[in-house]
Amino acid sequence: MRLLPCGDAGLLVELGDLDEVLATYAALAEAPPDGVLDIVPAARTVLVRFDCGVTDVDTVAAAVRSLRPTSGSRPDTGHAEIVVCYDGEDLAEVGELTGLGERGVVEAHTGQEWTVAFCGFAPGFGYLVGDDDRLHVPRRESPRTRVPAGAVGLAGEFSGVYPRESPGGWQLIGRALEPVWDLARTPPAKLSAGVRVRFREAR
Amino acid sequence: MRTLTVLETGILATVQDLGRAGLAGLGVSASGAADVSALRLGNRLLGNDDGAAGIEVTHGGLVVRADEEVTVALTGAPCPATAGGIAVGGNGPVRLGAGIELRLGVPSAGLRTYLTVRGGIDVPPVLGSRATDVLSGLGPDVLSPGTELPVGAPPRRQPNLDVAPVAMPPTGEVVLRMLPGPRHDWFVAGALDELLGSPYQVSADSNRVGLRLLGSPLRRAREDELPSEGMVPGALQVPPSGQPTLFLVDHPVTGGYPVVGVVVTADLGLAAQLRPGQPVRFKAV
Repeated sequence: MRLLPCGDAGLLVELGDLDEVLATYAALAEAPPDGVLDIVPAARTVLVRFDCGVTDVDTVAAAVRSLRPTSGSRPDTGHAEIVVCYDGEDLAEVGELTGLGERGVVEAHTGQEWTVAFCGFAPGFGYLVGDDDRLHVPRRESPRTRVPAGAVGLAGEFSGVYPRESPGGWQLIGRALEPVWDLARTPPAKLSAGVRVRFREAR
Repeated sequence: MRTLTVLETGILATVQDLGRAGLAGLGVSASGAADVSALRLGNRLLGNDDGAAGIEVTHGGLVVRADEEVTVALTGAPCPATAGGIAVGGNGPVRLGAGIELRLGVPSAGLRTYLTVRGGIDVPPVLGSRATDVLSGLGPDVLSPGTELPVGAPPRRQPNLDVAPVAMPPTGEVVLRMLPGPRHDWFVAGALDELLGSPYQVSADSNRVGLRLLGSPLRRAREDELPSEGMVPGALQVPPSGQPTLFLVDHPVTGGYPVVGVVVTADLGLAAQLRPGQPVRFKAV
């Protein structure tokens, strides 16, 4: 773990891999140090933002150092089920890339529990990590200029659901039948950091 | 319900409050007034809570009509202003009778003027805030002529100051205090000295997301890709061009370019008042 100050109101905690990020985020979210305003998990780091009128970098750094994250533990801030119609444009290609075939991809996607590791790219866009690595595929070589809202994709170690129409380079395997981001709902995001996710195939 | 009707907006006018902190886990930035202390002052002058929403006006040009009598204040970048054709001053309460138009000219210093109103702008909050986030598109729409803005019920507290003594935003070179950033070691030896020793200029291509700075390019020592990581307001992020961007309130939650330095929290309001073309220097603290 490396602790990198980010000005007078932030501390970037750099970790070895995504599992350490998840365990550290879980420990921080469970017992945030005094004065913490926001915790921003990402692929290899957790940024802790705090009120510099209440606490300071050294105090927050000491609190982070004293954390004892349980190895392999993942945050658990709720559960979500997402019903998916697996008819994505890249499903056949992902079946070939993984050697699982189209049905095998659907079974692998629905057959494991996913965790939202972090959000980014757009409000409500969660980066989901699973239990096994069979679905790890590279991004598309050329991104699409338009990916519809609800598209379910794979890229690297992640799966995700596009919260709204946007450009995107992920391999699309299906579409969620209900929105993952809806401002009329509280909270608006189905997929916020730490949420456990199950995908279910639409019948 | 009392309303203010927007007649003209200038370059950009948005509703802003103290923003929506604590939602980075949803991929949502805090947003809110770029010059927080100016918004707070406006609210205090009117007896409002600090978090009441006002209008952030970029480079003047706003015209609003009070549909019923309201009390307002102008803070931040000082603009010549008239109410019903009569000049009014900043940093103190101004009463606008029903039907009176408030017109803002172009600020003589600074960039962002705040129009606060006793009772606050009472548009529906989104995720706990009435701030317009121009990057993610959250919050009320950017103001346009014809928008009717509801005004909330006046607070019990009465305004008790006629005018607050406030320093003008500087017009010449501005010095921002900064600390070395989390990735200063991604740059060649001497890059930090280069940043601290050279003048930069605010580019016209700047907004609430960030100030693009033009000046001595900062060279990286390593060319590998940085996995995206959390960003803070005040971060000086350096894209491949080497010209730093100083993040303001609507910055993205995460970013993939290394941060060479971070401007201290106390100077972020000063940064938000910088105009395109204005010279800026950085000083280590």
